[in-house]
Amino acid sequence: MAEVLVYVDHVDGAVRKPTLELLTLARRIGEPVAVALGNGAGDTAAALAEHGAVKVLTHEAAEYADYLVVPKVDALQAAVAEVSPAAVLVPSSAEGKEIAARLALRLGSGIITDAVDLEADEEGPVATQSVFAASFTTKSRVSKGTPVITVKPNSAAVEAAPAAGAVEALSVTFSDKATGTKVTGRTPRESTGRPELTEAAIVVSGGRGVNGAENFAIIEALADSLGAAVGASRAAVDAGWYPHTNQVGQTGKSVSPQLYIASGISGAIQHRAGMQTSKTIVAINKDAEAPIFDLVDYGVVGDLFDVVPALTEEIKTRKG
Amino acid sequence: MSLRIVVTVKYVPDATGDRHFADDLTVDRDDVDGLLSELDEYAVEQALQISENSDDVEITVLTVGPEDAKDALRKALSMGADKAIHVEDDDIHGTDAIGTSLILAKAIEKAGYDLVISGMASTDGTMGVVPALLAERLGVPQVTLLSEVSVEDGTVKGRRDGDAASEQLEASLPAVVSVTDQSGEARYPSFKGIMAAKKKPVESWDLSDLDIEAEEVGLEGAYTTVENVAERPARTAGTIVKDEGEGGKQLAEFLAGQKFI
Repeated sequence: MAEVLVYVDHVDGAVRKPTLELLTLARRIGEPVAVALGNGAGDTAAALAEHGAVKVLTHEAAEYADYLVVPKVDALQAAVAEVSPAAVLVPSSAEGKEIAARLALRLGSGIITDAVDLEADEEGPVATQSVFAASFTTKSRVSKGTPVITVKPNSAAVEAAPAAGAVEALSVTFSDKATGTKVTGRTPRESTGRPELTEAAIVVSGGRGVNGAENFAIIEALADSLGAAVGASRAAVDAGWYPHTNQVGQTGKSVSPQLYIASGISGAIQHRAGMQTSKTIVAINKDAEAPIFDLVDYGVVGDLFDVVPALTEEIKTRKG
Repeated sequence: MSLRIVVTVKYVPDATGDRHFADDLTVDRDDVDGLLSELDEYAVEQALQISENSDDVEITVLTVGPEDAKDALRKALSMGADKAIHVEDDDIHGTDAIGTSLILAKAIEKAGYDLVISGMASTDGTMGVVPALLAERLGVPQVTLLSEVSVEDGTVKGRRDGDAASEQLEASLPAVVSVTDQSGEARYPSFKGIMAAKKKPVESWDLSDLDIEAEEVGLEGAYTTVENVAERPARTAGTIVKDEGEGGKQLAEFLAGQKFI
């Protein structure tokens, strides 16, 4: 059976959820071979094996943290040369897409980004994408070279599928371009204790209607009652009420959770582009004419300052 | 020391318009109004700010696209860029990201550059891979997704805000930079700027000017094939209630029914 390379996104050995989802998709196409790089690479093996990796290629070197993107491209290229995979799958983070693009160019391959589904086919994997603010769905395939495909978080379920997960050291020779862009400083983001926005099963977002940074506390309280991530519309971020890292929409994050709760968000195209593929959509807005209500499974026309705290209380009561 | 900046820009269908696909499954650019991709305005803005802080900077805006794409160039010129290059050729229709990066890279080399500045992504394709592809093709450092950028003494520095951390980056020129919408509000063209733009040079190049064969680009040369396109079915109309004191409870009831609570 053909092997499929999966690029592992991990933090010091802790594998992030989108990588486990990639293993689910990779198993549809062939035998997953994971590539884990940098500090803690070896520690990823157990989690990867549990989710279907037959092999885990690892390489630890300071270059992965000290220089931007290119060392990782060099390593993936070495892995492709060693494995001759049927496809290369990479999580669709900002960095993941850059790594995948440069790899594709080096391999003389086509690239598909932000796939939301993958199917096996005799002529190579078929990727589903959601385009134009999710108003269209396209199915595409790479027609030249080894397909390089990046996949959005929440595109597949994480499934246990125990496999060998044999760890092998990958041999990497860095190119002379690897050290071109130096990372001179790194400030880790302060943890909020909430799930990562793009990976969360539930997202609670606030918009213009929240009307002030201090009022985001009620959005956060609702999010915490559900174990959800907090999002914000561009209007709320531009007003300085919430950090840009939490922005949902065309110029922010694109999310696809099981449940999306929009509070005080009108639903402009820029916002819809980032949340329209959510499975269940709920909105709370004063304006009955707000376009967000065209998308919802359940909507409440009302003042979010009444409805959201009441909802939070009710959830807490029900959860006991 | 002079500094030659090339800003890559894209002419895109208006996102607030009714965007759709043509019969050959490429983006329909005829039936919807186009404009300079909003995210590229930030790239033009950063180029202008760099030029205000140093001497002898020349800003060239570069686009690849049909005749109408000149509108995007004109907008960038009226914001303050010095000159423009329009790569236009019938054989370009249907070109994918890999092919676009080839055309842009050849044009950038022909124009001459010390610094390339791009937006973080286009507002139509939204792949966000062209800056990385340009760096790979040009063989120069990639300093991308910057929320802050500065150029001094042949070095570009910037801040890249990632999910896990905020990173300070540094590279020697020549380099390829991309900037986010957090890099600073783009200026509006002034009346004077709009008038001045009419006199600024716009060069037109075709594929032969760049030594690119037709089969390397276009729909035929693409590295990916779109098999089919389907309009997303409209979401079925949901339940909408008016809050009369029970809205929060009703919503909780719905969420419980869906097993979210």
